[in-house]
Amino acid sequence: MGLLPKHAHRRKKLGLIVMMVMGVGVAVGMVTMALKENINLFFSPSQVLAGEAPKDHTFRIGGMVRTGSVRRSNHNLEVAFEVTDTAKNLPVVFTGILPDLFREGQGIVAQGKLGPNGTFIASEVLAKHDENYMPPEAGEAIKNAQKIQATLKE
Amino acid sequence: MWLFFHKLGSPKYFYDLSGKFLPWFGGLTLILMLLGSYWGLVVAPADYQQGDSYRIIYIHVPAAWMSLFVYIVMASAGAIGLIWKMKMADVVASCSAPLGAAFTFLALVTGSLWGKPMWGTYWVWDARLTSELILLFLYLGFMGLEAAIDDKRTAANACAVLALVGVVNIPIIHYSVEWWNTLHQGSTVARVDKPAMDVNMLIPLLIMWFAFMFYYGTTLFMRARNEVLYRERDTAWVKEMVTE
Amino acid sequence: MTEFFHMGGYAFFVWTSYGLATIILIANVILPIQRKKEILNTLKRRLRREQS
Repeated sequence: MGLLPKHAHRRKKLGLIVMMVMGVGVAVGMVTMALKENINLFFSPSQVLAGEAPKDHTFRIGGMVRTGSVRRSNHNLEVAFEVTDTAKNLPVVFTGILPDLFREGQGIVAQGKLGPNGTFIASEVLAKHDENYMPPEAGEAIKNAQKIQATLKE
Repeated sequence: MWLFFHKLGSPKYFYDLSGKFLPWFGGLTLILMLLGSYWGLVVAPADYQQGDSYRIIYIHVPAAWMSLFVYIVMASAGAIGLIWKMKMADVVASCSAPLGAAFTFLALVTGSLWGKPMWGTYWVWDARLTSELILLFLYLGFMGLEAAIDDKRTAANACAVLALVGVVNIPIIHYSVEWWNTLHQGSTVARVDKPAMDVNMLIPLLIMWFAFMFYYGTTLFMRARNEVLYRERDTAWVKEMVTE
Repeated sequence: MTEFFHMGGYAFFVWTSYGLATIILIANVILPIQRKKEILNTLKRRLRREQS
């Protein structure tokens, strides 16, 4: 009397719900696995020089722009600089517009390929910023203090 | 305490009590929002590296914190509803989902708008950004599942299970910047030593965080009261209230 | 004042963020208010039907 179909309907719905919940569970599990496997966004210069980075396709490198290594071309947007993780340096060339935060000593992440001569040919350069926030005067003061400390060490 | 907990479970009691709190919560939200925005946009100094673009932080970070907090509330309420069959807990979970989704969406979009000028890209598939996007899908999944099931009881139970499974994602979001190499920087405020932020920049951030907390309280109450009104439509007290 | 709106050249990003936040936050206040009106109207109509 219309009761049975309703039950079947309910059972079907319950099955659907169980499947949905299981599906989401599997998805979350897979994402967690994927995150554990290879979620690191970039390779460090040391890793690249040790041959850990993929040879023939694009990957990302990350590190700091070595102070004093930035050379800009006079006639086009080409920039050459070295990325360092303080242990090893990797030369990088890039043609294009750099983000506002790009400067010497700044952390960056670049996407591209390793050229035949060991230079990293970047197709995209992203700047990483640090977790410190302070007014310009304070930043200046810290920079000066570090300079004084560096000269004292020498 | 147990008695209070029990009383809160009574829809009429909740409706009356939340009605008393609502104007205060709303007022506090408005005052804190205006104060925090003014302080963050006008009084706080520009950043030494990022200039004025960092002012997005006063929306982005509170929204991101709330996206996690609301999820924890939602999953806890879901669990309480699942175990003790408390109707009000289901209402809290169900009303939190769209608010959490809104906070997550806001955090993602403002982060994107901050990322473009500073990092040089609107989006990158790093661990922090990806896990936050998964959080948005969890909220949307919760809402979708709820809408797909007609029976309220079954819907609440299924959604609670979904929310509890998704809790895994919360520590992943928080620790993603420590566990993996990400483009997103590490924690500024939530760290073992003192926050890496000038006091004059930190105070408006905390004000905005309080503002977002009270905002959540306000909008959660508003939604929950509606839900109570609708669910209790056949009771004497609702009928009495409607005729007034 | 113009300097304030200029946001050191980041006007688009800063003001879009704050604008969007304002829209989303206000929308989430208006929606439950409308819903409440809707519910009360429906319940009133139902009650009137029952009484007549």
